[in-house]
Amino acid sequence: MKGREAIFANIEKSLRVSGDDRLRAETVAARLAKHPRGIIPARGQKPDGERLELFKVMVEAAKASIAVLDRKADVPAAVAAYLRSKNLPQSIRHGDDERLSHIPWANERTLEVTKGASDGAQLTSVSYSFGAVAESGTLVMVSGADNPTTLNFLPDHHLVVVDEKDIAGDYESVWDRIRERFGANEMPRAVNWITGPSRSGDIEQTHLLGAHGPRSLHVLVVRSS
Amino acid sequence: MTQEVRSRQFNETAQKALADASLQKALSRFEQGFISRRKAAVEKLPEYDALRDSARDLKDHILAHLDLYLEAYEKNVIASGGHVHWAATAEEANEIIYGICKRLNAKTVVKGKSMISEETGLNAYLEARGLHPVETDLGEYIIQLRGETPSHLISPALHVTKEQVEADFRRAHSSLPPERNLDEPTSLLAEARGMLREKFLNVDVGITGANFLIAETGSSVIVTNEGNGDLTQTLAKAHIVISSIEKVVPTREDATLFLRLLARSASGSELSAYTTFSTGACRPGDPDGPREYHVVLLDNGRSNILGGKFQEMLRCIRCSACMNHCPVFHAVGGHAYGWVYPGPIGAVLTPALAGIEKTAKLPNASTFCGRCEEVCPVRIPLPKLMRNWREREFERHLQPAAARYGLGLWAAFAKRPALYRAATSFAMKFLRLFGGKGRFRALPLAGGWTKHRDFPSPQGETFQALWKKRSGAR
Amino acid sequence: MPDPIRAAAGRTIRVGLLATCLVDLIRPRIGFATAKLLEDAGCKVEVPQQTCCGQPAFNSGDRRTARDLAAQAIETFEDYDYVVLPSGSCAGQVIVHYPELFEGDVAWQPRAKAIAAKTFELTVFLSDVLKVTPIARFDGTVTYHDSCSGLRELGIHAQPRKLLGNVEGLRFVEMKDPDVCCGFGGTFCVKYPDVSNKIVEKKTANIAASGATTLLAGDLGCLMNMAGKLSREGKEVRVLHIAEVLAGMGEEPAIGEPER
Repeated sequence: MKGREAIFANIEKSLRVSGDDRLRAETVAARLAKHPRGIIPARGQKPDGERLELFKVMVEAAKASIAVLDRKADVPAAVAAYLRSKNLPQSIRHGDDERLSHIPWANERTLEVTKGASDGAQLTSVSYSFGAVAESGTLVMVSGADNPTTLNFLPDHHLVVVDEKDIAGDYESVWDRIRERFGANEMPRAVNWITGPSRSGDIEQTHLLGAHGPRSLHVLVVRSS
Repeated sequence: MTQEVRSRQFNETAQKALADASLQKALSRFEQGFISRRKAAVEKLPEYDALRDSARDLKDHILAHLDLYLEAYEKNVIASGGHVHWAATAEEANEIIYGICKRLNAKTVVKGKSMISEETGLNAYLEARGLHPVETDLGEYIIQLRGETPSHLISPALHVTKEQVEADFRRAHSSLPPERNLDEPTSLLAEARGMLREKFLNVDVGITGANFLIAETGSSVIVTNEGNGDLTQTLAKAHIVISSIEKVVPTREDATLFLRLLARSASGSELSAYTTFSTGACRPGDPDGPREYHVVLLDNGRSNILGGKFQEMLRCIRCSACMNHCPVFHAVGGHAYGWVYPGPIGAVLTPALAGIEKTAKLPNASTFCGRCEEVCPVRIPLPKLMRNWREREFERHLQPAAARYGLGLWAAFAKRPALYRAATSFAMKFLRLFGGKGRFRALPLAGGWTKHRDFPSPQGETFQALWKKRSGAR
Repeated sequence: MPDPIRAAAGRTIRVGLLATCLVDLIRPRIGFATAKLLEDAGCKVEVPQQTCCGQPAFNSGDRRTARDLAAQAIETFEDYDYVVLPSGSCAGQVIVHYPELFEGDVAWQPRAKAIAAKTFELTVFLSDVLKVTPIARFDGTVTYHDSCSGLRELGIHAQPRKLLGNVEGLRFVEMKDPDVCCGFGGTFCVKYPDVSNKIVEKKTANIAASGATTLLAGDLGCLMNMAGKLSREGKEVRVLHIAEVLAGMGEEPAIGEPER
């Protein structure tokens, strides 16, 4: 406790406060409970019909690619087409997400589908996102067996399916859904905001893709019916 | 201070930097890129200035309640299955981290980028005890191979050319076949990716920093482009977060506000490629993730800065916009500042943590052009803070005697207008006698000026004297 | 002669001219140019006995001297209708820093705030307060350097350009990075001469690349720094204070040129 005591004593001394100041405690408790939103840019407040268009623009600006599909049943063909276009083997890994197991993968007969986390040997993974943010073209992924976190980072190519209805205007709306799913102030082990493929500018300020995470990120949006 | 403070040698290091052609080339390339990209990103967000005001106010609110937010944060880390360790000093932080590694019998330790770990000298501490932490951020990896310290907050290898990177890789990657072509950044990147991937897949302990700590949920936030921080924490058996205490923010919405400013101010993106919110260790049923989650919270002098004339510097979100726009940084780069934090933020933070006695050159090495304050996303009044340090320096009689004497002399005359007019009248007439050519190529007592430029000769009579004459004649 | 501004009381505006020590000591013609511009606009100009606004002491951490000199300047100038300076940094010292220097001082802070409210840098005064257009002629290609304090403390950017736009015969070209520091920084340039040199080298390169044959700015410190470097490099650019061109004195010896 020594380090902790010293630190808190010094903070209180510098701020000239005491630990039992009721007003301060109430102020802090109120903010934590109410979690007020700050300024949300106009770009984050696009209405329903306009979000997909903005999302597409922002995803591409982040150097990811994006395709919009009419139905979930179109996903296997879109994945197979992507693999062919990149000269990749017809093989993907995905997690236990129910939404992924309801996709008719068998329609693509040459496509090999394995399930589970990544051990570094997979070239391509497919995830189903928890949500997305039109403001910035960001995908919101949540850890767990449904969509193992390693699938977001180890394979070379990452394909992410997003339901159009899950594309929020701003980040704040997705936080509210996280609260609904996990509890008022609970979180899964990891929430990843993913905006584009892995990149680095560390060598002579040259911007390159594929540092440690995926070289390529491909987003498949399934339209709301 | 575990990493040696070399700020006293600013002039010498600066001179070397000015004469270093490849560094100068790197700096001019850097200058153009960061400035234009940030400007473009700011223009895409009309609410930018309003967000900066909110961010400033929110940081001030946090600092005024820092103890309470830290308490709430700790409570929620523990509730989510994590451990919190408090380190009043750099030494304590290093000890705690080494203790965890030792208990786990760790062999492979990898790190995401953490300036706090530079501040405490964590790598050297672990090396001395038989552990070899591997930096995974590409820039940090490169300078680790070179045995150097980072020269910029977010682009640590800014000062290194690609030829130098190739030479370092060849030297360090013993399995590299000599005929393998490494002369392009893409091939260098691929080489680093392959090399570090091996480490990632065998990691025992992963250490990352934190851009923010969220009190509401007990989460830590990292912001990376490479994905190395994510691999570091996800594949490790234990994830250790090392962070300074002022990084805590109240809620996820509050973190989001700062995140809208961070990547924009740093490198001109909306967001970095990966923004990750980590809370505790893996849950039952998680197929991946660390089994232990530890947070080490470092004070190291920050609690002393609270409540005083320098508090505003604690708002910093480590975006690097200040140094990206600083003419002094552009001229000499980051190593001249002599410690962990370069540029304008370094000029105010280093004296606060290492003492003004050793570091007075830093807040003095500024023209007060104000560009730093202009671009700071949390509106830190950097020139004012540097001036506050100069006041401390003056009060403690730390300035070189000649400077103090010269200014004292000037002040003595300036406070006596009649004497001032007489003395300046005389002095300018005297100078003018030698200034027939209109300028001086050399001037006694003004060697600092005339070393590189001519000194324009005074007209000869002072304005006040001439005005008096002219008014008298009217 | 245009006489556009008569104060509400119907009398002539009295302006206290704070020349600044560099102008006073090194280049009085800037003071005369300033006075001429103000008189032509209908003001009565006075130059009370003055020394220094205190900025060098302030920036060196000598707060006490800065306060003493500020008090002296306030006493000297506070009875004028306006205080005008041909310098963004000295004007900034009065406008932004005098009130700061007397924070908490019930006697002096109101006086500091009062004088700050009626103190103006020259181009701002001409353009935004008097709203006059000096009539002048100048043959030459001109570029303008935005001195840092004027730009960032006082927002001066459009005013000099507007005024220069009305000078007959003058061709204006914008240099690259006109708003980037020239490396003067008061005592900075003598305490860190090599770093300052690197900064001013970039500035003179930009000036040369702009194609301008005349360099203008609103601060004599910056002008002396840039003029000194240009002449050391053998670059033939005439350097003048903007007041000189606006007042029709643009053909007189430039900064660093011998008096005739």
